[in-house]
Amino acid sequence: MIFPKELKYSKTHEWIRFEDETTAYIGITDYAQSELGDLVFVNLPQEGDDVAMGEPFADVESVKAVSDVISPVSGTVSEVNEILADEPQMMNESPYEAWFVKVTDISEQEELMDAEAYEAFVQENN
Amino acid sequence: MGSYVPNTSRQQEEMLRECGLKGFNDLYRDVPETVLLKDKLALPEGMSEMEVIRHMEDLAGMNTVYRHILRGAGAYNHYIPSIVGEIAGKETFRTAYTPYQAEISQGVLQSIFEYQTDICELTGMDASNASVYDGAVAAAEGCEMCRDRKRSRILVSSAVDPKTVKVVRTYSFGRDVEVTMVPEKDGATDLDALKEMLGPDVSCLLIQHPNYFGILEDMDSAVSLVHEAGAKVVVSCNPISLAVLETPGEYGADIAVGEGQPLGIPLSNGGPYLGFMASTAKMMRRLPGRIVGQTVDCNGKRAYVLTLQAREQHIRREKASSNICSNEALCALRASAYMAAMGPEGLEKAAVQCTSKAHYLLERLEEAGLKRTYEKEFFHEFVTEGPKTDEILKALSGNGILGGLPLGDGKILWCATEMNTKEELDETAAIVKEVLGS
Amino acid sequence: MKLIFERSTQGAGASTQYLPSCDVPEVRLSGKMRSRQLRLPSLPEVEVDRHYSELARNAHGVNDGFYPLGSCTMKYNPAVNEDAAALPGFTKIHPLQDDETKKGCIKLADELKKYLCEITGMDAMTLQPAAGAHGEFTGLLLIKAYHRSKGDLKRTKIIVPDSAHGTNPASASMAGFEVVSIPSDENGCVDLAALKAAVGEDTAGLMLTNPNTVGLFDPNILEITGIVHEAGGLCYYDGANLNAVMGIARPGDMGFDVVHLNLHKTFATPHGGGGPGSGPSGCKEFLRPFLPDTDDPMSIGAVRSFSGNFLVAVKAYAYLISIGAEGVPEAAKGAVLNANYMKTKLADLYPMAYDTVCMHEFVMSLEKMKHEIGVSALDVAKAMLDHGIHPPTMYFPLIVHEALMVEPTETETKETLDEAVQLLRDIHAAAYADPEKMHQLPLHTTVGRLDEVGAARNPVIRYEFEA
Repeated sequence: MIFPKELKYSKTHEWIRFEDETTAYIGITDYAQSELGDLVFVNLPQEGDDVAMGEPFADVESVKAVSDVISPVSGTVSEVNEILADEPQMMNESPYEAWFVKVTDISEQEELMDAEAYEAFVQENN
Repeated sequence: MGSYVPNTSRQQEEMLRECGLKGFNDLYRDVPETVLLKDKLALPEGMSEMEVIRHMEDLAGMNTVYRHILRGAGAYNHYIPSIVGEIAGKETFRTAYTPYQAEISQGVLQSIFEYQTDICELTGMDASNASVYDGAVAAAEGCEMCRDRKRSRILVSSAVDPKTVKVVRTYSFGRDVEVTMVPEKDGATDLDALKEMLGPDVSCLLIQHPNYFGILEDMDSAVSLVHEAGAKVVVSCNPISLAVLETPGEYGADIAVGEGQPLGIPLSNGGPYLGFMASTAKMMRRLPGRIVGQTVDCNGKRAYVLTLQAREQHIRREKASSNICSNEALCALRASAYMAAMGPEGLEKAAVQCTSKAHYLLERLEEAGLKRTYEKEFFHEFVTEGPKTDEILKALSGNGILGGLPLGDGKILWCATEMNTKEELDETAAIVKEVLGS
Repeated sequence: MKLIFERSTQGAGASTQYLPSCDVPEVRLSGKMRSRQLRLPSLPEVEVDRHYSELARNAHGVNDGFYPLGSCTMKYNPAVNEDAAALPGFTKIHPLQDDETKKGCIKLADELKKYLCEITGMDAMTLQPAAGAHGEFTGLLLIKAYHRSKGDLKRTKIIVPDSAHGTNPASASMAGFEVVSIPSDENGCVDLAALKAAVGEDTAGLMLTNPNTVGLFDPNILEITGIVHEAGGLCYYDGANLNAVMGIARPGDMGFDVVHLNLHKTFATPHGGGGPGSGPSGCKEFLRPFLPDTDDPMSIGAVRSFSGNFLVAVKAYAYLISIGAEGVPEAAKGAVLNANYMKTKLADLYPMAYDTVCMHEFVMSLEKMKHEIGVSALDVAKAMLDHGIHPPTMYFPLIVHEALMVEPTETETKETLDEAVQLLRDIHAAAYADPEKMHQLPLHTTVGRLDEVGAARNPVIRYEFEA
């Protein structure tokens, strides 16, 4: 299980990489993908959509289940990673490269964990 | 009395004993006393099989089976090759459930895959589902596929079958979606009015081609107007007509739906029928209901399986866009068997004969004194107007002919298919002439 | 197996024998015509026939063997019903014929509605819905229309237990309601405290299956419907499991206001590989004006073009007049007894999710086996495929881990049940003897386990012709 140091993590297993204080990329963690199993599709928002902290902004599908992806921040979607629609296996194979959205104009963010804290959090939950 | 419980009462007593129960009452001990039925159901006594079939024959005998049918309006009388009924009657197809266990359901799964291919070929679209309940429901579900956060209002052409419109309105009542009717002009969708009505809140236009009055719509213009406004086109089409007419895929529709009943399914007083749905590749994941996909098994052998299931109600629950579970699989199988038997040439022949006979009937009816209502080109249905509608239809009925559907104001919607011979079309016109002349 | 398109011999021997040549002047339309070639199969009738015979050999129906698929009520489909539905006096009737020319159809429909009202304790019924989920949608629209008619716009929520079929919450959503999911108690029944906490001024209604999806009759049913009515909501009965109680207890007497039935489950009409079904909706008198397919100005409209899957109704009607007043509860008792018998014979090896007298079906949890030897409910189901028995429903209800849900139905003999029990016991022994092998099963079916992930990641959902 990988926990890159430069990222922040949410309790609902999303990672977030801040470009600056109001801009960030969001994806799901290595732990999340391993729990979800082989992912086959992702429903992504559209550019220009607003995302709200604590609210789902996307969902990921495995063969037998669908799970919400929760936004750790409030802001506006400025870019969407369309490649994931064609290559859903990226979310399993390289979860930290498989960003879902780029969010700008971030106005608020939930309390996030650093890599160390998140690793402990995952172990605690297992 | 018929009974399909094979165990004898002695066996049942033994089974109860093995369960550690004294009697049947013990099985229902969780049912509150006040809820338990005290009286026998007010149903007739059971019957032997011989009595059942006689009773059913009596009921069927109370209905009029017309020799000739010149009525369509959503249900069409076509020739069904005997092989179609034989295939659909195979017990395994008839009694299987949805093919959840793929390893023992390859036959059913493959038949659905073949059906999806047939529908894609017929409509010129990229993706088809495994069917929905009927053509009207397919139209309602097609409209729902187009809805998004910013666009929800549905425009419906007034030249769409009123029964379909009613279903779309009922589904829209559920989803709290607004439906606006686009007026009709000379029997076709009024495109000038459509242009005015399109706006940023419109999700789609539902249009029928050939429309309710049998008329061919100007699909190129309709599609470009709707697409320019950023909305989508849902077209309801007659599958037989697609053997000859330009396909929805060719004129750029986003979703093609229709009533599949003409494809080898008997009239049956309205059901079971078949709603077919096809879309562009882009909208494939918005299709409701089951879809079969090709894959391989653990030995690399080609195989078929229910796929893209995360769209569906059993996984997505309240977030699913449709609740459909059971569909019309056996009717879809009938449609596939019909298309396989008829082949492309046979289907085209049926389509051309429909058009030819409808035009022949119109000419004869005009000679008999009825007036053609709309001058536009039509497929196999058309509207006439004139006096004595009731008398005409009654006289026809008296001669074993089901005439066209009365639309009010002296208008009649007629339909002819390959089933109607020249002789009976002449006979029909003669009866009409007699009524109008008297 | 070859696809029918791969069997095609374009041009050669194509069947054009079905239609005579045209006896009127041929008219070709001048509008826009199809330019793409229509690539339907083209092959002689004998090859069409053989193709479908091959497909039928590679499938499993109730006629092929035992089909204890939980919540689907795969009972025997009597042959006489098929003969009845094939009568030309039914199949050749145009739905838009005048009423006086189809009195037989109308009489049959009216009598069937009357019988179904009697069985459910309802006052009115429509045969228009084409399947169970369609009936749910219809019933929920009745509830919506009722509240609206009273000017009560704040009742926007439908309560659904977490054990419910997926169609329940999906239907509620389609009818424009917000879904409130409530947990089940440790017995798999409605948690009364949770229900009390959930109801309020915004409650439009509650959807419930009884017996519920774990196969138990909820003993608190009167309290449950009472709580919902007290709060001003209506009670919706999902008839999926009616087979256990028909002729024994009626939803109308349990306090339900609206029901739907599945003629293709309870009333012995075949499932057709996924359909057609028929999902009549019934209601109490005060909801009658809202029913679809009537001229009443209060009607919700129509949920399909014509008046329902008529031939399916014909088969259900033939079934009912065949078994008659006494046969209805006899079928229910037989179904419940068969389930309890199988459950008793398996309980020592397969832990039951709820160890009490069940209704027409029971749920086993294979959690222990999964934990001990890594063999899952899926593995056991797949093992059954090699032995001509259709497996039970897997992984449902969602509240039971590693669930297998068994519904034998009343039409199976004790011998069939004994064989199935023995097979499940043998599989249990085989699993503990060689757990690894269980993941490879089945071995003797048309195909082995499938790559479902590949199918979903790269969907191929139609045959691609060679250019």
